[in-house]
Amino acid sequence: MGKYILKRLVDLLPTIFVVAIIVFVITRLIPGDPAAVMLGPQASVEDIQELRDDLGLNEPLHTQFFQYIGDLVQGDFGVSLTYNQPVISLIMDRFPNTLILAISALVIALLIGIPAGIISASKQNSVMDYTVMVISLIGVSIPIFWLGVMLVLYFSVNLGWFPATGMGTMDEGFITYIKHLVLPSITLATIPMATFARITRSSMLEVISQDYIKTARAKGIKEFFVIGKHAFKNALTPILTVLGMQVSALLGGAVLTETIFSWPGMGRLIVDAIDKRDFVVVQGTVLFIAIIFVLVNLLIDVLYKIVNPRVNYSSGKGGTGK
Amino acid sequence: MTSTQPSSIETREVKKKEINERSFIRKLLKNRIAAFGLFVTIFMTIIAILAPLIATHSPNEMDITHSLLGAGVDGHLLGTDNYGRDLFSRIVYGARISLIVGVSAVVFGAVFGTFLGLIAGYFGGKLDSLIMRTMDGLFAFPFILLAITLMTVLGQGLVNVIIAIGVANIPGFARIVRGQVLSVKEEEFIEVTRSLGATHGRILFQHVLPNCLAPLIVYGTMSIAGAIISEAALSFLGLGVQPPTASWGSILKDGKDFLVLNPQMATFSGLAILITVLGINLFGDGLRDALDPKMKV
Repeated sequence: MGKYILKRLVDLLPTIFVVAIIVFVITRLIPGDPAAVMLGPQASVEDIQELRDDLGLNEPLHTQFFQYIGDLVQGDFGVSLTYNQPVISLIMDRFPNTLILAISALVIALLIGIPAGIISASKQNSVMDYTVMVISLIGVSIPIFWLGVMLVLYFSVNLGWFPATGMGTMDEGFITYIKHLVLPSITLATIPMATFARITRSSMLEVISQDYIKTARAKGIKEFFVIGKHAFKNALTPILTVLGMQVSALLGGAVLTETIFSWPGMGRLIVDAIDKRDFVVVQGTVLFIAIIFVLVNLLIDVLYKIVNPRVNYSSGKGGTGK
Repeated sequence: MTSTQPSSIETREVKKKEINERSFIRKLLKNRIAAFGLFVTIFMTIIAILAPLIATHSPNEMDITHSLLGAGVDGHLLGTDNYGRDLFSRIVYGARISLIVGVSAVVFGAVFGTFLGLIAGYFGGKLDSLIMRTMDGLFAFPFILLAITLMTVLGQGLVNVIIAIGVANIPGFARIVRGQVLSVKEEEFIEVTRSLGATHGRILFQHVLPNCLAPLIVYGTMSIAGAIISEAALSFLGLGVQPPTASWGSILKDGKDFLVLNPQMATFSGLAILITVLGINLFGDGLRDALDPKMKV
């Protein structure tokens, strides 16, 4: 397994390199001057030139590129102009907060989405099945930034049950801490939850119709074990694929959720940096999130291997060996 | 005799195609949920096209003395926003922005993505590696983050929103098309066409591309829903179309600040997004079942 993980890590290096190139290209080659964008329309030509010098934008492109890659390899994501701090330290301050939010959302999504999908599949064409499917369709279609605002309207403004903004600390007590977490986590969990319910249902329906499930039933095994043990285990691979995709949705959704709830995470950092035109922070944070996403997908690949040891990557990229 | 053979084959092919099309439409319309989705999508499109006739006021006409009015007050069906602009009219006009961006961004992504997917899958080798590695790199960015980054550099504006969301859509199309091309190019008829001396361009665009259309249409339809949400999200973050242009996301952004005084701003703009996206998704699901049941988006 160690050898396998190492191989996958080596495979990821070109992707991370490409990700770094994309960020470089976006910031350097797209029409528009990052320095001018950062300083705004009121800036003088001299100010823009000075900032271009500071950011190294006046150097030849290839020099800029090697400097940029060299800095990245050393973990140097640049220095924020507005915070006057290295970007990596800003990211490290906020990353744990985003992680808490994303993990809570993922747990909610898995705990509700998967059982909902299983129940829906095992009672196909029942009222329960239709209810789950309608709710999950609404779930995948809902703009989470609207859902977040509506949750604030009803549960914070009207009912006063949960705080509308901010992240509690453990010093304020565990209950207060959790109360701060509830609305943002539900908001962020909605799309993954609905997606898990849909994919679990379709994957389970495919498995349930197979002969070995009929055999298990014929042998008199209780339905709970037929579904929970025999069927679910084999329906897990597509669910894992979706899990990988949902990490992207969670990281992207965090930008919006953190904005609504003033959650002090990386998403909020990006939006604040956009407001302040701190391009170095935007560039560094986006790159960091993309690298995290690539690494999480490696973790999913390893999980594949554990769930289904027949998985074989030698013939291509991703997917199962089936 | 030999001269009539191709035309009879062609007639048979055309007839077969017509029968397939008819059975596809029947299949699609028989699916009541998909038909409902299609109805909602057409309804929203009509609202967008006929916005000047449906709107009761000019969407950008300000009247600060009548700001934040409640629904039904002073002839304002859904009330007014913080600048005294008629909320109903702004939401009606917002449909235009959403649909224009949704469709244009997907067309942008589809054109570039399809082209890249076609040449990557068809020619293979180093070109394939180069294109697909780049697509993998683009896929590593959460969709909305890539759009945000592009918007930060490009600046606000309708065309820039279309480009940003369009670029974020490219890798999805490229992957789908490449996958199709890999299986289609091994088919016998491609071998035959090649041996008859057809050029690469002719093979790609006349024979391979038509065989990729079913998954492309399904994926494209569903991507429109995603593009509409992305446009609203960008406008919600203040990165979308320029004010005072009415967009559902920017109405929601303003509504968030006046949640207590005027909750209908946030409520109705979001409902408009939800209904449109839900309609497109329902239709997309039906399309998938009718055109490409194996596909799971």
